[in-house]
Amino acid sequence: MSRKLVIDPVTRIEGHGKVTVILDDDNRVMDAKLHVVEFRGFEKFIQGHPYWEAPMLMQRICGICFVSHHLCGAKALDDIVGVGHASGMRILPAAEKIRRLGHYGQQLQSHTTAYFYLIVPEMLFGMDAPPEQRNVLGLVEANPGLVKRVVALRKWGQEVIKTVFGKRMHGISSVPGGVNKHLSIEERDRLLKGGDDLLSVDQVIEYALEGLELFYDFHEKHRKEVDSFAEVPALNLSLVDEEGNVDYYHGKMRIVDKNKSVIAEFDYHDYLEHFAEATEEWSYMKFPYLKALGREAGSVRVGPLGRVNVTRSYGENTPLAKAALERFHDYTDGKANDMTLHTNWARAIEILHSAELIKELLNDPALQEESLTLTPPESAWTGEGIGVVEAPRGTLLHHYRANREGNVTFANLVVATTQNNTVMNRTVRSVADKYLDGKAEITEGMMNAIEVGIRAYDPCLSCATHAMGQMPLVISVYDTDGRLIDERGR
Amino acid sequence: MNIRITLDGKEIETTAGTLLVDVAADNGVYIPTLCYQRGKPCLGTCRACSVRVNGNVMASCTVPVAEGMTVEVDAADLNDMRKALVELLFAEGNHNCPSCEKSGRCELQAVGYEVGMLVSRFPYRFPPRTREHVAKYIWLERDRCIFCQRCVEFVRDHETGRKIFTIDDRGTHASIEIDVALADRMPPEQVREAAELCPVGCIIAKGVGYDKPIGQRKFEVKSIRERTLERSRK
Ligand code: SF4
Ligand code: SF4
Repeated sequence: MSRKLVIDPVTRIEGHGKVTVILDDDNRVMDAKLHVVEFRGFEKFIQGHPYWEAPMLMQRICGICFVSHHLCGAKALDDIVGVGHASGMRILPAAEKIRRLGHYGQQLQSHTTAYFYLIVPEMLFGMDAPPEQRNVLGLVEANPGLVKRVVALRKWGQEVIKTVFGKRMHGISSVPGGVNKHLSIEERDRLLKGGDDLLSVDQVIEYALEGLELFYDFHEKHRKEVDSFAEVPALNLSLVDEEGNVDYYHGKMRIVDKNKSVIAEFDYHDYLEHFAEATEEWSYMKFPYLKALGREAGSVRVGPLGRVNVTRSYGENTPLAKAALERFHDYTDGKANDMTLHTNWARAIEILHSAELIKELLNDPALQEESLTLTPPESAWTGEGIGVVEAPRGTLLHHYRANREGNVTFANLVVATTQNNTVMNRTVRSVADKYLDGKAEITEGMMNAIEVGIRAYDPCLSCATHAMGQMPLVISVYDTDGRLIDERGR
Repeated sequence: MNIRITLDGKEIETTAGTLLVDVAADNGVYIPTLCYQRGKPCLGTCRACSVRVNGNVMASCTVPVAEGMTVEVDAADLNDMRKALVELLFAEGNHNCPSCEKSGRCELQAVGYEVGMLVSRFPYRFPPRTREHVAKYIWLERDRCIFCQRCVEFVRDHETGRKIFTIDDRGTHASIEIDVALADRMPPEQVREAAELCPVGCIIAKGVGYDKPIGQRKFEVKSIRERTLERSRK
């Protein structure tokens, strides 16, 4: 007789997930699965609407990485109106820099939230600590100074977003062919030098470094636990620049294996030629994989860990992040890193990297340029566009078609959480094997371990997880006849 | 002819026959309007400018002032009634301001703020309305039409004087329609004017939108109240 464990969020809000673990008669894990809902609704809503409204509507999918959706949509529109792929054109450098600035601002803000609010409390108090302590409120009690700095860091990231997009959330900046606003000298100086209640960019870099130190300390003390937690194989995918290093806004898609050998590299417009999507009846979310390698070998990891695995080096323009990345690479002797909890290390490095990239951009006079949009001739219209960016959680793709009358006829999104579907399932399986195997009773530690494994990917069920620093979970154990034999919730 | 009327308890002097809504604005009293535009013939469709005249509720854009009139604008019941009228307009269509390109430039939204509307007290109808995008330069996002009839009356084919927009059918079946052949020969300037004339984001010029950044949009720079009072003669 096999048994089924279900870990299900109590609250049914958008972006929820649940975990099912199947146990056999000896309580051995037979299978473990993560189920996540997807965003099909938006792909339908937008149809029939004017194409130029797409990036404004689609960004409402998410309250955290809305900038990525906005920019992905905008890049797809660049293609559609003829300032993209087909014409071999790019938007004006100043416009691209402004988009990048907003994008890096969001990465800083989003990573800061995930890292300091959710992951740091786990590192400081331990995975087994009671949930009441293992959250940002626990952190307020234990280290109020740190929390103050984190709040300031997040606020600064939000301020970058607000400066570019006009609002802290769901603002508007990108239009087909460019952006609608530059940065004034005052706006730039406020971010560079700080002011009433706002950090300067140098303080931001300092705090980002401090965040990284937290990981180093934690790693020092818990090396074995961290390194052995869910070490799962996967290829690594990221957008890369000409040198083959991460480019968060634009570039080719590169996929590397464990030895960092390039398995595939292609223009993201050819994504569908290279990737297929498997479906399972137990999950709404698809499982993309490289066609050439098949589902088992061809699944990729995206997000912070995927990106730092693909990247060989950051540029000289971000010296602190560059050094941090070298240390990261040295740890695995230059091989790709499969240790799930090292995603948090990668995330901390990327906070620093974003901060340094932002500093460089703020010092670029192009941000003050007046000419920001290209208006292509009618004849340049292509009616189809694909936009890809590296969102905080990984590679994000928007694909739209519009007819000549201007209405969207088709929209498809491939979000980072979908790309990570297989590797997240492998992580859940690995954690289940280690923590649940042979045990009949569900303990708090087991629940935490599953949660920590999922959280490393900061998946789009974060709407649920960001609530109070813990996923609302219920674990139910069923026998094969569907009878409830154990249940635990919080 | 100079006459005297009482406006919110204050006696004021004005000219007989002037529209009450303008007299109020000239005396610093803002009355929200959605169909009425100063200097253009009154349409009387939206009723958002309802006030009490000699004890009876009337749309102030339809009332020429006369000697001895007593007018109430600022009264709790009237304020709430105007608010309810605006709420009805929101409940009747499908409005999604956050992604609407008219946001920040929209008169319905601006008036919504002025009357202090937070949410509609009436259930939303969610009417299924199709979009019209066959015309070359103009898109009709019918979800947002409030049937003010501005476009119907004031947008005409330059050559023939014929109407380009019409309202088809009645009541909940009403639908704004466009004469595509006439619309396709509208010069770009007229397309812009028509989009500007529409108080909401129903008539939109194709391919543009969001050109003004947040914070610099029409009613963010200056509120609809300030604009209305500023246009007054004083
Ligand atoms: S037309 Fe006005 S009220 Fe309607 S959605 Fe657009 S901005 Fe909002
Ligand atoms: S389309 Fe605009 S101007 Fe015409 S009736 Fe509708 S709301 Fe009024």
